[in-house]
Amino acid sequence: MSMRKHRLAVAALLATLGVAHAADTPNLGQPISPHEFAAWDISVAPDGAGLPAGSGTAKQGAPVYAEKCAACHGEKGAGQPNDRLVGGIGTLAGDQAPVRTVGSFWPYATTLFDYVRRAMPWQQPQSLSDSEVYAVAAYILNLNGIIGDADVLDATTLPKVKMPNRDNFFIVYPGNLK
Amino acid sequence: MAGNGLLDRRHFLQGGALAAAAVGAGGAATAETLTKAPWMTAPGTPFEGYGQPSRFEAKVVRIAGNPPNAPGTGASRTPLQALNGMITPNGLHFERSHSGIPDIDPDAHRFLIHGLVKRPLVFTLEALARYPMTSRIAFIECAGNSAVLFAKDPAAATVQGIHGLVSCAEWTGVPLAPLLDEAGVDPKAEWLLAEGADAAAMSRSVPLGKARDDALIALYQNGERIRPANGYPMRLLLPGYQGNMNVKWLRRIKLTEGPTHTKDETSRYSLLQQDGRVAEFKFPMDAKSVITQPSPGLAMKGPGLYEISGLAWSGNGKITRVEVSADGGQSWAPAALAEPVLSKALTRFRLPWRWTGGSAVLQSRATDETGYVQPTRAAQIAARGARGIYHCNLITSWGVAEGGEVKHVYA
Repeated sequence: MSMRKHRLAVAALLATLGVAHAADTPNLGQPISPHEFAAWDISVAPDGAGLPAGSGTAKQGAPVYAEKCAACHGEKGAGQPNDRLVGGIGTLAGDQAPVRTVGSFWPYATTLFDYVRRAMPWQQPQSLSDSEVYAVAAYILNLNGIIGDADVLDATTLPKVKMPNRDNFFIVYPGNLK
Repeated sequence: MAGNGLLDRRHFLQGGALAAAAVGAGGAATAETLTKAPWMTAPGTPFEGYGQPSRFEAKVVRIAGNPPNAPGTGASRTPLQALNGMITPNGLHFERSHSGIPDIDPDAHRFLIHGLVKRPLVFTLEALARYPMTSRIAFIECAGNSAVLFAKDPAAATVQGIHGLVSCAEWTGVPLAPLLDEAGVDPKAEWLLAEGADAAAMSRSVPLGKARDDALIALYQNGERIRPANGYPMRLLLPGYQGNMNVKWLRRIKLTEGPTHTKDETSRYSLLQQDGRVAEFKFPMDAKSVITQPSPGLAMKGPGLYEISGLAWSGNGKITRVEVSADGGQSWAPAALAEPVLSKALTRFRLPWRWTGGSAVLQSRATDETGYVQPTRAAQIAARGARGIYHCNLITSWGVAEGGEVKHVYA
């Protein structure tokens, strides 16, 4: 059989078998069901997809912040020794030094939940309960004047929070920047 | 011909070197008398399991910086001034970590593909290592490399301190595309989220098109398993894209309709413009070059013939041309490009220079196969402002003073 005929025969065989993928692979990936990887599926999209059950308010978040976050991020998110979380709104344009904080710079509130849950507190990531993460996120948003101190953050309300800098973000891809 | 002593790039090949030697002979001091070296008077040391550089190279190391309370978080920089060729030795590849370097047991590591797929799949390292592999030489550059060139004053720093967040290695591993096919990607998926198994679970959104084009699950770095600081036991390689997207310690890929807008693509690695707007998802590292020899800290040793040498790279393809100036950009001479010249890899360039002993401003300017030309500092700042931090690829100037000291300058 010529190589061309051989290839056609293989293609016909794959079509008969209903094999969807173009390349032949060892097929060693093990099928796994969602409940088996639930502990890994920690990302949260801007529409709220991935947000867990639970809820919290700024009032509930204040003591969590004081205990778990203030040592690095300062009292009330003022920063020092590590990143400042509060203030800077209105400093991004013009010649003044921009102050980039959660309040002034971050475009999506869902990112705050996602990041705190996956990476904070720095010494013990993934140690907070989901309600503690909602509460700390509420506290930081409240310090920035974005939500009220009794507003409840949960899977429904968090994606509806409009961040002050949201409309300044634009997506470059698939283009490039001059 | 370009000014201030730059010579033709074929000068050494054309026998110019012989002529130069003849001219320069009168200036050379009498050679020392050769004696019996101590290392020839007794047998040398035994073999060792994993070889190390000579003890005389102990100063050729990365320099690291980290935020308060967070050792292992931050970056270490490649000593470009001490290296030659296009490949970065594994122990000197730059590092950037967001919560230290995890100590991953490869047998316990798992790689998950899920989200908008027909069937979620999980892979062991042993399973992945049975897939057909490919190798490619690719640079990785941190998007924050060279950001100090946006500062008001020139940097009192070496090329390592300014540009040391770029390195180049041969990466070997499994192309991502067939693994995605094996899971069966839903036609609605246009992006994926890639996530690391470090304590920051560092995550980035990647367009599916790039994942299908040339993404690699890299297992080997310059022939050996990837170093812990560079993602052991596996990392995502996205040739040409900003370094942060080449997710290390890769544990999960989730197919999604849109981008996830993670912390490291919104609050970081996005470009704040002068008008307050913020450019998100600028992915390729555009064409760039820098002279590594001479450079700050490598003073000239008296007038005569030198080889200017440096590195050029583009995240958009091959480097097609590098020009060098010795007069601050008034005149340019084309440099020789050392083979192999590979797409999205570091390319070494060289050009002979007869230094008269006077002042000079050395610059290099790269062009890639898309026709893109590396911009001047003034042009890049005019286009984007000086506050973007990321994707700084403007032309670097080294000032050579009378007497031979080399410093970073703005020209």
